[in-house]
Amino acid sequence: MLAINYITEALASIGRSTLALFASIGRIVTFAISALSHMLRAPFYPRELAVQLLRIGYFSLPVVGLTTLFTGGALALQIYAGGARFNAESVVPSIVAIGMVRELGPVLAGLMVAGRVGASIAAEIGTMKVTEQIDALTTLSTNPIKYLVVPRILAATIAMPFLVLIGNIIGILGGFLVGTLRLDFNAAAYINNTVDFMEAGDVTSGLIKAAVFGFIVALMGTYSGFTSGRGAQGVGQATTNAVVSASILILASNYLLTELLFSA
Amino acid sequence: MTTEPKIALKGVEKAFGSNEVLRGVDLAVDKGSSLVVIGGSGTGKSVLLKCILGIVAPDAGEILIDGKRLKNREDFLSHFGMLFQGAALFDSLPVWHNVAFRLRQGKGKLGKKDAQELAIEKLRRVGLKPEVAFQFPAELSGGMQKRVGLARAIASEPSVIFFDEPTTGLDPIMAGVINELIREIVVDLGATAITITHDMSSVRAIADHVAMLHAGKVRWHGAVADIDASGDAYVDQFINGRAEGPIESVR
Repeated sequence: MLAINYITEALASIGRSTLALFASIGRIVTFAISALSHMLRAPFYPRELAVQLLRIGYFSLPVVGLTTLFTGGALALQIYAGGARFNAESVVPSIVAIGMVRELGPVLAGLMVAGRVGASIAAEIGTMKVTEQIDALTTLSTNPIKYLVVPRILAATIAMPFLVLIGNIIGILGGFLVGTLRLDFNAAAYINNTVDFMEAGDVTSGLIKAAVFGFIVALMGTYSGFTSGRGAQGVGQATTNAVVSASILILASNYLLTELLFSA
Repeated sequence: MTTEPKIALKGVEKAFGSNEVLRGVDLAVDKGSSLVVIGGSGTGKSVLLKCILGIVAPDAGEILIDGKRLKNREDFLSHFGMLFQGAALFDSLPVWHNVAFRLRQGKGKLGKKDAQELAIEKLRRVGLKPEVAFQFPAELSGGMQKRVGLARAIASEPSVIFFDEPTTGLDPIMAGVINELIREIVVDLGATAITITHDMSSVRAIADHVAMLHAGKVRWHGAVADIDASGDAYVDQFINGRAEGPIESVR
C-alpha cells in the first residue's frame, strides 16, 4: 500500500511538472506572438530601437570579440594537434574558419550575449515591474510590449548577425595569429586556405543562426522580466531564468537549425 | 434629476487563486469629487484601482465610466493621470521627459523644446525648481520624486486622477505639502480623484468622501465630515489607530 502511494505521488509529481512545463511554453509562445504582432502595428519607437541597438550590439562587441579571439586561437591549436595524428596539419586554416563561421561564432556569441544582454534586459524590466514603472507606462497610454519588448527583440535580432560577423573575423584572426606565430604557418598560405575552402553558405547559415539566437535572448529576457516576482529575490530569479532558458534554447535551436541547414 | 457618477463599480469581484481580494465592491464617485479609499494593508485597495484602470481584469461585476462600460481604454487613459506609491518614474529618462512622457507620444507629440518648457511649468506647479528638469530620478529625494510623479500625473490636465499612497515614506512636513498640492490640483483641474491611503491626515486634507474597504467589500462610505461619527466600529478603530477592536491586527 505504501509502495503504491509512493508511485502515485511520484507520477503525480511528474504530471504536475509536465503540465507546468507546457503551461510555461504556452505563455512564452503567446508572449512571442503578442510581441511579433505589435512589431507590425503603429506606434513605433525608433529612438528606443536605436538605443537598444547600441546597448545590445555595440556594447557587446568587446565580450564577443574577446571570446571568439581566444576560441579561434585554441581551435587552431586543437586542430593542429589532432591533425598531426594523421598528417593533416594543413587543414588548420580551413577548419578554424568553417568551425568558427558555421558553429562556434554564432553559438559562443549567442551564449555570451545571453549572459550579458539577456540578464540585463530581465533585470531592467523586472525592476520596472516591481517598481510599477510598467503600470505607469500603461497609464500614460503607452503599450509596454510595444515600448519595451519590441525594440529589444528587434534590436537583438538585427544586431546579432553583425556581432557574429565581426566575431567570426576576430575568431579567424585568432586562429591566424596562433597559426602563423606559434605553429609556423606561412601567412599568405594561411589566408589562401581560409578563403579557398569557405563558401557563402557557411557564412549565411551562421548569420541565420545568429538572428535566431538574438531573437531568443531578447524574448527570454523580456519574458522573464515581465513575469518577474516581487522584490530583489524575484528580480534575481528572473535574471537567472533569462540566462538559463536562453542558453538552453540557443543550444537546442542550434542543433535544429544545423539539421535544417546542413542535412541535405 | 440625478447625475451619473463619473466612476461607478457594481459588484466587482477579484480573486488571486484562493485569495478573494474583492468580494463585491459597490462604489460611486461623482464628477469633480475626491474620494479617498482607506483600509488595512492587503484589503485590495490597489487591486481596486488596477481593476478600474483595466490593468487587472475583475472576475465579476461591472465598472462604469460616465455610466457606460469602458469599451476603449485608450480613450479613458488619454484623460487620466496617476501618482504611484513609489512615484514609478522612469530611471532611464531625465525628469523633464518623465513629466512630459505622454505628450511626447502619438501624432500630435510635442517637440523636445516645448516638452521641456511644459515640464518646467508643471514642476514649478508642484514647487520644484527648473534645474530639476534636467536631473535623473535617482538624483532626487523621495519627496522630490513624489512631486515629479505628481507633475507627470497632471501634465496632460486629466479629468480623472488616481493617487496611490501619496504620502507613504515621506516625513510629516513633506506629507503635508503633498496633501496640500493634491487638494489644490484636484480643485484647480476640477478633476475626479480617487486616492488610496492609510494616512488619516491625507484623508482629512484630500477627501470629499471616504470609503473604507474591509474584507473585500465597502464597509462604510460617507462624507469626510461624517467619518468621526460614522458609528461603525471598524471605521472608528481604523481612524483612531487602535490595536483593539473588530479588525484583527494580525492578518
